[in-house]
Amino acid sequence: MGGAGLLPIIALLPFLGALVPGVMIRAGRNAAATFTAIPTFLALLMLLTLAPGVMDGQVLQKSFSWFPPLGLSASFMLDGLGLMFAVMILGVGLLITLYARFYLSNEDPAGVFFTYLLLFQGAMLGIVLSNNILMLLVFWELTSLASFLLIGYWRHLPEGRQGARMALTVTGGGGLAMIGGMLILGDIAGSYELTDILQAGEAIKASPLYLPALILILLGAFTKSAQFPFHFWLPHAMAAPTPVSAYLHSATMVKAGIFLMARLWPVLAGTDPWFYIVATTGLITMVLGALIALFKDDLKALLAFSTVSHLGLLTMLLGFGTEAAAVAAVFHVLNHLTFKAALFMTAGIVDHSTHTRDIKRLGGLLTLMPITAAIGIIAALSMAGIPLFNGFLSKELMLEEASHTSWWESPWIVPVLATFGALLSVAYSFRFIVHTFLGKPRDESIDHPHDPPFGMWLPPALLCVIVVAVGLFPAAIAGPIVDMAASAVTGTEIHTHFALWHGITPALIMSGIAIFGGLILLALHAPLDRAWLATPRPEAKRLFDGAMAASVRGTRVIAEGLHSGAISRALAVFVVTTVASGLIAFFGRGLPEVSRPLLPIPPVAAAGWLLMVAATLSVILLHRRRFLALVVISICGLMVSIGFVYLSAPDLALTQITVETVTILLLLLALHYLPKTTPADSSVALRIRDGVIGVSAGVGVGALAYAFMRRDVPSISDYFLENAYSGGGGHNVVNVILVDFRGYDTFGEIIVLGIAGVIIFALMEVLLRGRAGRRLRNWAFSEDRSRDRHPLMMVVGTRVMLPIALLVGVYILLRGHNNPGGGFVAGLVFSIALLMQYMASGFAWTMDRQRWEYHSLIGWGVIIAGLTGAAAWIFGRPFLTSAYGYIDWPWIEEFEWATAMAFDVGVFLAVLGAVMLMLYSLSRMARYAGETVNLEPMDYDPSQKSVQTERAPQERGVPTEGEEL
Amino acid sequence: MIEYALWFAFAAFGIGLVFTLWRVVRGPHSADRILALDTMVINAIGLLVVYGISIDRQVYFEAAMLIAMVGFVSTVAYCRFILRGDIIE
Repeated sequence: MGGAGLLPIIALLPFLGALVPGVMIRAGRNAAATFTAIPTFLALLMLLTLAPGVMDGQVLQKSFSWFPPLGLSASFMLDGLGLMFAVMILGVGLLITLYARFYLSNEDPAGVFFTYLLLFQGAMLGIVLSNNILMLLVFWELTSLASFLLIGYWRHLPEGRQGARMALTVTGGGGLAMIGGMLILGDIAGSYELTDILQAGEAIKASPLYLPALILILLGAFTKSAQFPFHFWLPHAMAAPTPVSAYLHSATMVKAGIFLMARLWPVLAGTDPWFYIVATTGLITMVLGALIALFKDDLKALLAFSTVSHLGLLTMLLGFGTEAAAVAAVFHVLNHLTFKAALFMTAGIVDHSTHTRDIKRLGGLLTLMPITAAIGIIAALSMAGIPLFNGFLSKELMLEEASHTSWWESPWIVPVLATFGALLSVAYSFRFIVHTFLGKPRDESIDHPHDPPFGMWLPPALLCVIVVAVGLFPAAIAGPIVDMAASAVTGTEIHTHFALWHGITPALIMSGIAIFGGLILLALHAPLDRAWLATPRPEAKRLFDGAMAASVRGTRVIAEGLHSGAISRALAVFVVTTVASGLIAFFGRGLPEVSRPLLPIPPVAAAGWLLMVAATLSVILLHRRRFLALVVISICGLMVSIGFVYLSAPDLALTQITVETVTILLLLLALHYLPKTTPADSSVALRIRDGVIGVSAGVGVGALAYAFMRRDVPSISDYFLENAYSGGGGHNVVNVILVDFRGYDTFGEIIVLGIAGVIIFALMEVLLRGRAGRRLRNWAFSEDRSRDRHPLMMVVGTRVMLPIALLVGVYILLRGHNNPGGGFVAGLVFSIALLMQYMASGFAWTMDRQRWEYHSLIGWGVIIAGLTGAAAWIFGRPFLTSAYGYIDWPWIEEFEWATAMAFDVGVFLAVLGAVMLMLYSLSRMARYAGETVNLEPMDYDPSQKSVQTERAPQERGVPTEGEEL
Repeated sequence: MIEYALWFAFAAFGIGLVFTLWRVVRGPHSADRILALDTMVINAIGLLVVYGISIDRQVYFEAAMLIAMVGFVSTVAYCRFILRGDIIE
């Protein structure tokens, strides 16, 4: 199994390469195209070194564990089918790169284009090389995204943007359905590895969930491969630059659905639902696509519907469920790729030199552009299924299979419709040839069409060489490849015997009918076209736009109903939902018997409770007078803190006490510049409604707590109590939970806290520079304010307090692992100690002594916590696994060290930085309002006569004195 | 003997809390409320210390100390708000 290690490198190369063209966007088309070709070529080269082994029947596998609990692993697999598709993707990728170099104009941002192209290439390679279906889904969605970017590449064109959106909606929606299907499939098989799933075919077909899984997966495949009724997005995707149409929307991406159906063919195919869903969809798509293609005047639209039709053909063949049909499908994938990519490139060349793709204006290009015409005619003859070209061979195989397939006990339906499809295909192919290249030029305004430069016609010409070579020597050239891929699809050894002449078979007769019928149809094209135009047809785009608009309206009704922008509405919805789900749960299962006695109520606890209730009611009565409400809220905070102490939760108590203080400071800072009273803007009825909701929620929570406290309920507390010391090395279970068991949560929380701090700072910056800032500058301070801003007693008092408070903070931080405390409380204690200085000695004085930026404190906190967590990786343990041990310090004491300590320091710094940054930001308003700052800590210093004040120097944008506003 | 002392202390601090509550809610002036709140904090500290003595656990003293250390900060902030409007300047 040598060489399997190359698989992830092959899959990654395009992604790595994608970085280059986008970065060197100014280097021009040549450089961008070269650096697109290099990774593609390297990947192709590596793939070809693996090819001999795979052709001998090896299956290469390489797997990395990614997220085992989900069954997600980065595993790659290369077998015959994957190899064929991978070579197609990379080979055509190279040709398209060359073609696009000449197709794009100098004004187009070529670097962006090639970056998108490589992104797509990597995603597509990922699909065909994935061995894990979850990873396959990721790549699947990536192809949808890359296709969206490429279709919308010319973002100034509305068709491009709309087409891109439609393609993303349809294929992305299908992808969502497929996720569901794949999850069911993996669940039945017991593994998400493709190699395991392919072994579990019997179990999957026997499962009752087979049909839902099948339908969901097929939704994904059908939307991607543009099967009826989801085919409508593909023609609209033709707004993309032609290289994209040739690459994504004919050769590779739209084949992803076909690939998936082929990949899962052994486990899903062969049942009645499979046959009736897949074969019927394919048949309808084939005939309908061909019919519409015949009446399209735009070259690319004609080719797009022809692609839809051929994808239908492939789907139908896979749907038949026989091995011979699967072989035909694999062969046709190869043939369709060659002639259709060549045709798209031809269409692009014609568009380039004549500036139109309208067949009704074209004609007689054979003499004007002989090379292009030769390429186009060869490819179109192959598309029509004319002998000596490769399209003929696979079409024969298709007709052969169709001739002995009966549908709902009728042996005629499938052969007749298949022949009709082939007939239409002949008709539109010859229309492409005759109306574009033969005859006389129809529109004189097109001046001097000419053949393109060598680099532009070389890629389609190479494809045409393959078309003819396979057409002439199918067994020698295509035989081994088809054997290899078809063996991988069917899971059995396949040996094909392609030949040009099989004798007079039903297929040959059907082919003959198709060719003659097609030519007759073409002769009648003009009258038929008028009839077609006169018939009313459903317009897919209008239907799609209507459906989109309706769903937007629907979601808007829901969203705006729930979230009108008023916080009371949002809270009401949330609370009512919560209470309702609680009630449902309560009535659903009922409650076990009461098993704990009521404890006696000590009188002091009753007093505390009374205080709490009284304070709460007072807040409700006083809440319009905001300052009073704030004072009364303090009572609640105090009582909650004492309650935590009383109920043996000292950690919570310490946190509550400090949080309470900081909160009050924050609110007071903000309140100064807010109205001091709340206007009554809700009606009485609304207030009653809100009251009922609030009371029911409160009663609900109270009842829940009461119910749980009266019963012995199994909880996870025991686990934490048992493992806190052995697992986290700490005696304080709360702290061990914070820094170890739920360390991820804490890490996330400090990041969120830091982000909140920075956002408050940023918002304030914007506000102060905008209209709010201008209003602030006209702020009228009241006249009866105290003159002593920084009383001597407070300055002295807080200075004495500072070292004590800091010491307490350090103590709480250090001992947090084993006793109440920790980084969070310590951070708050530190911030309160610093805030005291701000309040007492003034902003400027304190800022002068402030060495570290609060922003960087936050950053360092998060970095330290993150590095501590990541350090566990060095020892091969998961993120944030903590370690601990003991150091014996002679003559003093034995010390415990724990990595959780460093994590706690990170928490401490982040909390300190965030809190200080918030308060600092809010306090800036005063200086913007024109308030002065003092240089000395005290306003009335007994040792000095006068007081010096000046404006804060660091507030930019504040007008200095005498300056006009 | 200590038990009676503790019960007396509990009763005294408890009643003190309820009285201060009355002052906080009724006012009449902001200064009254702030002062009452500060007194309430001191009563709470007392209550915690007494409770810690009664069940013989030291951890409650720490909570009491922390309240003592940071409790006055909010009182100062309220006063500054009344006197100057802006608490950090």
